Amino acid sequence: MALRDKYKALIDATSGISDLAIREIDGILYIDGTAADGATKDHLWEVYNQIDPNFTSGDLVLNVNVAIDAAVTHAKVITESSNLNIRKGPGTDQPIVGKAAHGEVITLVNRSNDLWWLVRTKDGEEGYCYAQYLEAQA
Amino acid sequence: MSTIIAATLFCVGCKPNDAAIQAAIQTKEAAGITVAVTKGDVTLTGEVEDEAIKTKAEEIAKAEKGVKSVINNLTVKPASLPVVIADNAALIKNVTDATKDFPTVKAEVKDGVILLTGEIKKASLITLMQHLSALKPKKIDNKLTVK
Repeated sequence: MALRDKYKALIDATSGISDLAIREIDGILYIDGTAADGATKDHLWEVYNQIDPNFTSGDLVLNVNVAIDAAVTHAKVITESSNLNIRKGPGTDQPIVGKAAHGEVITLVNRSNDLWWLVRTKDGEEGYCYAQYLEAQA
Repeated sequence: MSTIIAATLFCVGCKPNDAAIQAAIQTKEAAGITVAVTKGDVTLTGEVEDEAIKTKAEEIAKAEKGVKSVINNLTVKPASLPVVIADNAALIKNVTDATKDFPTVKAEVKDGVILLTGEIKKASLITLMQHLSALKPKKIDNKLTVK
């Protein structure tokens, strides 16, 4: 209960989250769910950062991802500034087969792996990109 | 005749009491619990996270002075999804991938716990934490120095 009190403002902020599950196990609060959009997810992280500045307490795992419509076919590269590597397989141990520029919109081929999406650039290069650096285009 | 007087006295005495009891209990109960009081009989309604909260709510109501009985109509939310913790080997690989673009961050994985050391820019910290939280770790032990 104590953790639910500590993170009350965060839990209150999850009211619009679907598939929401909040559990406390061994002194750690686990919040899982799906946010309608990136702004909703970012807001949760802002609230989290206010309650636990710089996330140093280690008593919460906030796993809220952004819902993606199955019909979505394109994604934008949202790296900080650099190019995004396109790899032969899903993993940084895999050889780089191409690059997508920051801000470039590329074609999504397959999103069956949560962490690595299979993509194709406009030049026809195909391979896996780290999904956290891709923003699905509505 | 005496019944009417008794009833009148009872109600004169009980009406403000009910409101006071209701207010006193309500402030002590967790969010989502509605407290109703009629002549000292308390009814609790609403949905709570688990059985422990439901039992506790009833105890809180019973402990209040002036309460004659407690009807506990609280419902417990359906069991939420179990917490899934990633397999350690998979987690090690995924953490390597997730931290690749944060060269000043050192990440170790042990028994599902990600230990972060080194330093990071404040602006990058949320991004890193978001990436790591999606990997289903048991815990993220953040010892990073934020610059």
